[in-house]
Amino acid sequence: MSTARGNVLVRSLQKQPWDLWWLQARRLVRIEVRRNLFSGRAWWIYSLAFIPTGIILIHLLVRSHPVFDLDDDTNVLAGIVQFYYVRLGVFFGCLGIFARLIRGEMIERSLHFYLLSPVRREVLLLAKYAAGCFSALLLFGVAVLANFILIYVGFGAAGQDYVLHGPGLAQLGAYLLVVSLACLGYGAVFLLLSMVFRNPTPAAMLVMGWEAINPIMPSMVQKISVASYLRHLMPITVPGQGIFTLLTVQTEPVPAWIAVAGLLVLTAVVLAYSCLRIRRLEIRYTTD
Amino acid sequence: MTDRIVFENVSKFYGEVLGVNRVSLNLPPGITTLVGPNGSGKTTLMNLMTGLAQPSSGRISVLGVESGDAYTFFRAVGYCTQFDSFPHGLTGWQFLVDSLLLYGMSETDAARFAREAIERVRLSDAAMRKIGGYSKGMRQKIRLAQAIAHHPRVLILDEPLNGLDPMARAESLGLFEELSRQGMHLVVSSHILDEVDRISDRVVLITGGYVVAEGNIHEVRREVRDKPMQVVIRCNCPEMLASRMFSLNHCVEARLHADGRGVFLRTGDIDEFYRLLNSIALEGSIRIDAVAPVDDDTQAIYQYLIGSEGTAS
Repeated sequence: MSTARGNVLVRSLQKQPWDLWWLQARRLVRIEVRRNLFSGRAWWIYSLAFIPTGIILIHLLVRSHPVFDLDDDTNVLAGIVQFYYVRLGVFFGCLGIFARLIRGEMIERSLHFYLLSPVRREVLLLAKYAAGCFSALLLFGVAVLANFILIYVGFGAAGQDYVLHGPGLAQLGAYLLVVSLACLGYGAVFLLLSMVFRNPTPAAMLVMGWEAINPIMPSMVQKISVASYLRHLMPITVPGQGIFTLLTVQTEPVPAWIAVAGLLVLTAVVLAYSCLRIRRLEIRYTTD
Repeated sequence: MTDRIVFENVSKFYGEVLGVNRVSLNLPPGITTLVGPNGSGKTTLMNLMTGLAQPSSGRISVLGVESGDAYTFFRAVGYCTQFDSFPHGLTGWQFLVDSLLLYGMSETDAARFAREAIERVRLSDAAMRKIGGYSKGMRQKIRLAQAIAHHPRVLILDEPLNGLDPMARAESLGLFEELSRQGMHLVVSSHILDEVDRISDRVVLITGGYVVAEGNIHEVRREVRDKPMQVVIRCNCPEMLASRMFSLNHCVEARLHADGRGVFLRTGDIDEFYRLLNSIALEGSIRIDAVAPVDDDTQAIYQYLIGSEGTAS
């Protein structure tokens, strides 16, 4: 019985116009990336991504680098990724990028053009999400890479040795992975919030609060948090001090692969729910 | 019945607010005009037709397809909404090409279809300019171009004449007539009743979310039995004609034309009226030069059924 059902499902999936959906998704991604990255309105997201880069550049230009500062600067870079990018920069950058995808277009009263196009709504949503991820990953990935280079370039041969023969490259890979997963996770959450709430910003503040209090929650509840998964992937853990303790997540130790898989599953669940919601989405600009 | 737009007992409520209630329509090809006051439910009907709104109950299909099947549905349907907004920062050309690429066509075909649509709405000179700098009339035209660019079989137009100057209005009406002659469905809502009247094959009168009348304009007028029809007759003996007509008890009013060469008549039975007029013409005692209905148009029907206050009478 279940085999027959499985065959019916497989045949049904094979009948779907995957080539058309893929073509439409690629074209939608191209349109959306152009809007995300090459619009004057994106300036503040660029600022969020590259403010630390500017500060590190100034630091590089005005200060000499004795070798014994290398460990300190490595901790500074870890702190920038852990406290700034994951908790603030990527968080608000993704809020800006992903909330615009649906809610922003409702506010601008242009979403109906997409809903009147011959694109299945789920394909539209997933393509918009992919475009948002591409934009966020490009911005924040390049920013983290630039920060990394600027941090170690000032140390000359010692910096080169740390990067090429020490733990530097592995740390860079981990930072890029953390930032990428943060973009995927927060992106899915904010895309959903933008469909559920007329103004997703207060809800995003609640998410931020939730991420902050999450460590004191029971173990099962801790899994409903983006930052808690990312914490386990940081190559260097910087203990929070002062106000930064509010941004520090202390969770039960989890293997890296489970953290990655957990975050991807959380993202997939949120996206699946978003797909269900967009099927019933109505255009009511007067009330939105 | 795959050439029809069908509403089957469709209702739409926005919370506790009525959008439309128990609407059943069966629209054949040609130009159908939705007529009704502001807030009567015209845009709701159009949004329901295209899936921008979901019915609270009932079923809608366009040429046998429902909007959930987006690819089949929107290849057949174009909707020119009255939302006067566009994706930010695009030129008219980019706007059209971006839209057409989502149909899965090649870039060459998308460019060809876009060029053709832009030429049809006579916007070629402004196509490469940003839409943000367009006048209201130009924005209306680029929306229309986007709705017709993919050669749909059904075109839904929400107030398509808004913002257009008289010349552009005439061009648009000519385009609508041409598309209708090609066998397309056009569903049009407009406040400019006298202009729409010239091209409509049928009207749907709607007020307060209810369809109060539907059909060919002349048929609908005949159904409004409590309002005697007005006819003007140009003839050589208007007094004699008036007295002959008054002998019939369905003729409720006769008024001589100011120039003395015609008479306005109001009759409660238009069929009997025309029969008598034919017999008078055949007798030859009165020379009939012209006969024209005075209140057999959308404007009059609107006034009779909906009234100037916008409530059904």
